[in-house]
Amino acid sequence: MNDEAACVLFDSGHRACGGCAAAMAARLILDAAGKDTIVVSSTGCMEVFSTPYPETAWGVPWIHSLFENNSAVASGVVASLKKQGRKEKVIALGGDGATFDIGMLCLSGAFERGHDFTYICYDNEAYMNTGIQRSGATPYDASTTTSPAGSCSFGNSRPKKDLPMILAAHGAPYVATASIAYPPDFKKKVEKAVNTPGPCYIQVHAPCCTGWGFEGEKTVAIGKLAIETGLWVNYEMENGVVTKVKKVVRKPVDDYLVGQKRFRHLFKPKRNDAEIAKIQALADRNAVKFGIDITLKK
Amino acid sequence: MAIGTGCTARPGKSRNNKTGSWRVFRPEFINEKCTSCGMCRIICPEGCIGENEEGLPVPDYDYCKGCGLCAEECPSEAIEMKKEEK
Repeated sequence: MNDEAACVLFDSGHRACGGCAAAMAARLILDAAGKDTIVVSSTGCMEVFSTPYPETAWGVPWIHSLFENNSAVASGVVASLKKQGRKEKVIALGGDGATFDIGMLCLSGAFERGHDFTYICYDNEAYMNTGIQRSGATPYDASTTTSPAGSCSFGNSRPKKDLPMILAAHGAPYVATASIAYPPDFKKKVEKAVNTPGPCYIQVHAPCCTGWGFEGEKTVAIGKLAIETGLWVNYEMENGVVTKVKKVVRKPVDDYLVGQKRFRHLFKPKRNDAEIAKIQALADRNAVKFGIDITLKK
Repeated sequence: MAIGTGCTARPGKSRNNKTGSWRVFRPEFINEKCTSCGMCRIICPEGCIGENEEGLPVPDYDYCKGCGLCAEECPSEAIEMKKEEK
């Protein structure tokens, strides 16, 4: 593992919050992809904190796009490199807002056209940069500024969009989900994606201490709990078939929810059994769909 | 120096920002307990933990924001967070 190179490719002095998972993801991505990489980055937290004008944390060529045309810009870069006979890898980076909502049109187009690039979505489950508005990636019952919990609402009323499956349905050769809580696994997936010809997609779970409401030191712990409760599943899909799934001894979803302010309304003034049962049902559905449960021998 | 059209004025690296001033708590590394597993270096969001010849972690306090992730995740509890004295 080449830590020194990682530090140079994504440098210190960026302005992410202390304990930021997106910053960690950026370091791991470049560590895995190496220096011959061109990064296309849509507007979002990562763009804002890594490139405070006129400075940059990036040690590789980096181009900023709008929210909506990230994949289109990446497509253009790929086409230009092809014409020049160059071999650099192209990585498009976007938050979940840019990926699930605003950039969906261009993302779908680029995948359907089959450009050779890797799209990585750092999924912090809301529009964090603009002040925690809900996105298509916000999980059920999470309180955000546009889905506030209160006397008439339990927070976000819709479940998370299943984007990996949507992109797999485009015929993507490699689609994977990962978590910053498991860095070697994430790096392996990035390496695999950049070395697979065609459009590949990785969605990395990136807990946001500011938006979700927990202390920065807990970023990795919260990421692990999402996997251990079954609310986030780490899997790989090759040509539309799930080939690898991380199995766990599942914990109740309470363990994950209780440590985050965005779910505080589910526990105060008293535990909301009905709503938590619905979230548990989502985890149970994931467990059946992906077969993540490890059965312990008695 | 004249600046042409399309140029960035005074471009620079993010290292110009010494984010260490954000810190409230400071990670203290206890080398006797360290097993050189490298976990702190891998997960540090700032990328500000280096390594010496003996494989021990060396933090760069110019950039450490004091988030405490390294101390929280260290498997051998070799990092302690202490209140920063300013």
